[in-house]
Amino acid sequence: MTTILTAGIGLKPEYYAAAQRCPAPGLWFEVHPENYFVSGGPRLGWLAAIRDVHPLSLHGVALSLAADAPPDHEHLARLAALAERVQPALISEHLAWSTWRGSYYPDLLPFARTHDTLARIVANIGITQDTLGRTIAIENPSHYVNIDGHDWTEIDFLTELAKRTGCSLLLDVNNVHVSANNLGYSAERYLDAFPGAAVAEIHLAGHTLDPNLGNALLVDSHDMPVAPEVWALYTRLVSRIGPRPTLIERDGNLPAFEELLTERDTAHAVMHACLMAEATKVADAA
Amino acid sequence: MNALAQFQDDFVKALVTPDAALPPAIAALAAQPGFAVYRNTVMKGFIDALQANYVCVARLVGEEWFRAAAAVFARSHPHAQPTLLYYGESFADFLAGFEPAADLPYLPGVAHFDHLWTEAHAAADEAPLTAADLSGLSPEALGAMQLCPHAAARWVWFDEQPIYTVWSGNRAGLEVGEIEWAGEGALITRPFDAVHWTPLNRAGCAFLDACAGGASLGQAAEAALGVEPDTNIAQLLENMITAGALARPSPARAETESAESHPQPAHT
Repeated sequence: MTTILTAGIGLKPEYYAAAQRCPAPGLWFEVHPENYFVSGGPRLGWLAAIRDVHPLSLHGVALSLAADAPPDHEHLARLAALAERVQPALISEHLAWSTWRGSYYPDLLPFARTHDTLARIVANIGITQDTLGRTIAIENPSHYVNIDGHDWTEIDFLTELAKRTGCSLLLDVNNVHVSANNLGYSAERYLDAFPGAAVAEIHLAGHTLDPNLGNALLVDSHDMPVAPEVWALYTRLVSRIGPRPTLIERDGNLPAFEELLTERDTAHAVMHACLMAEATKVADAA
Repeated sequence: MNALAQFQDDFVKALVTPDAALPPAIAALAAQPGFAVYRNTVMKGFIDALQANYVCVARLVGEEWFRAAAAVFARSHPHAQPTLLYYGESFADFLAGFEPAADLPYLPGVAHFDHLWTEAHAAADEAPLTAADLSGLSPEALGAMQLCPHAAARWVWFDEQPIYTVWSGNRAGLEVGEIEWAGEGALITRPFDAVHWTPLNRAGCAFLDACAGGASLGQAAEAALGVEPDTNIAQLLENMITAGALARPSPARAETESAESHPQPAHT
């Protein structure tokens, strides 16, 4: 069975009841699997109940694939058990690290994209995919600092990961906007160069201005609606590569579920408009 | 050491100990204005998790005090789990030795209670014992029966402080008025979806301690009578069943027990 995913919403406990009864066609939900590493209880119960009516995606935040160490065994086993239980349509992780020498730092930390780190991350994605028995998608993170010593651009690095491991890519358009702003490059050019065929999922989220530095430093805070600039980038991307499952991420300052549903409908409309434009082109050519 | 491992050692040092002496490359990285975003995000992640996991402590001391204390805790307590669901296992102990909390002697107990709530909420699902499971057993069979605490049951006795009254009043959002300053116990259960709590006396705690230690029902009853000689055991058992504090014996276990050591229960 192939499930057609259109636009989805990040699922928080506050939205469980609304999510379960929402009938929007093509709607899906995404959770951080780490929040469901429990033995039992109502969290897992809700997840299973929502999974009965909507497709689900597991979006990991703590596997630490870019650490100079293999992924934690127990973490992988719990992820595999959860995947077995909820049969997600998608599983994804970040091009980042968050655990080092046994301590967890709840963030997505940067590194130099060298030939050696490429080899390490290829191996780590391989271990993960072998354990799960399926491919995962890897997401471009937000950047806040310039790091010396890159052998690879981010796009080439991600493309190479996909080539060597068979993984797909999760393109976070807000992260592109934030990173391009913070490090001083063109978000449009980045998106235009991104390998569209490898993109399995798109993320959209809100960001905030740094309280001290304002526009000079954008923070990927996930606590605001998707910004107009990010919607423009998204439309540009979808016009080029076609529709992809698209997620509205919201982790803080949670609005009413209906508000997220409205943003989700906007993404849905962008995808629909692109499909219509394609269809018109095909019809004109015929 | 290879370059990535060295970088990660240095980066972590810059992240958690801003005043530490750093190699020039990482010092330059940490001096970029954007580096603060990583420091802030990591700290916010820990503090938010602590505030979510210690709801009553946070309400008792107010958000500002709580977040300041949480920051001190986070800096001094590295976290090994890649999930923050249970973050702060040692927060109660930390508060007990935290100088600014010295005039709030009930705070560690409330934190302990908050943590037990979290454990109960995320514990394994299991069918609770019902009165029907015990019906028809002879007194001998009943006394020899081994009952296990339910996977989500947590109980605690506070010798000197009315922690149950403080915690449950706070949890219900009540203004807690005059409190009788005496020891109290509590039972937290989650037989199905929702977490429940109820006061528990010393006898109830001794009973559950004995059950958890593998005692028979008869031995657990003796343990309860040992601390409170006028305990009504039938009432105690009924309270345990009503609260969902005991697990339903698995058929396999019941069968083995009855075949090996008990006469067949006389079913009516």
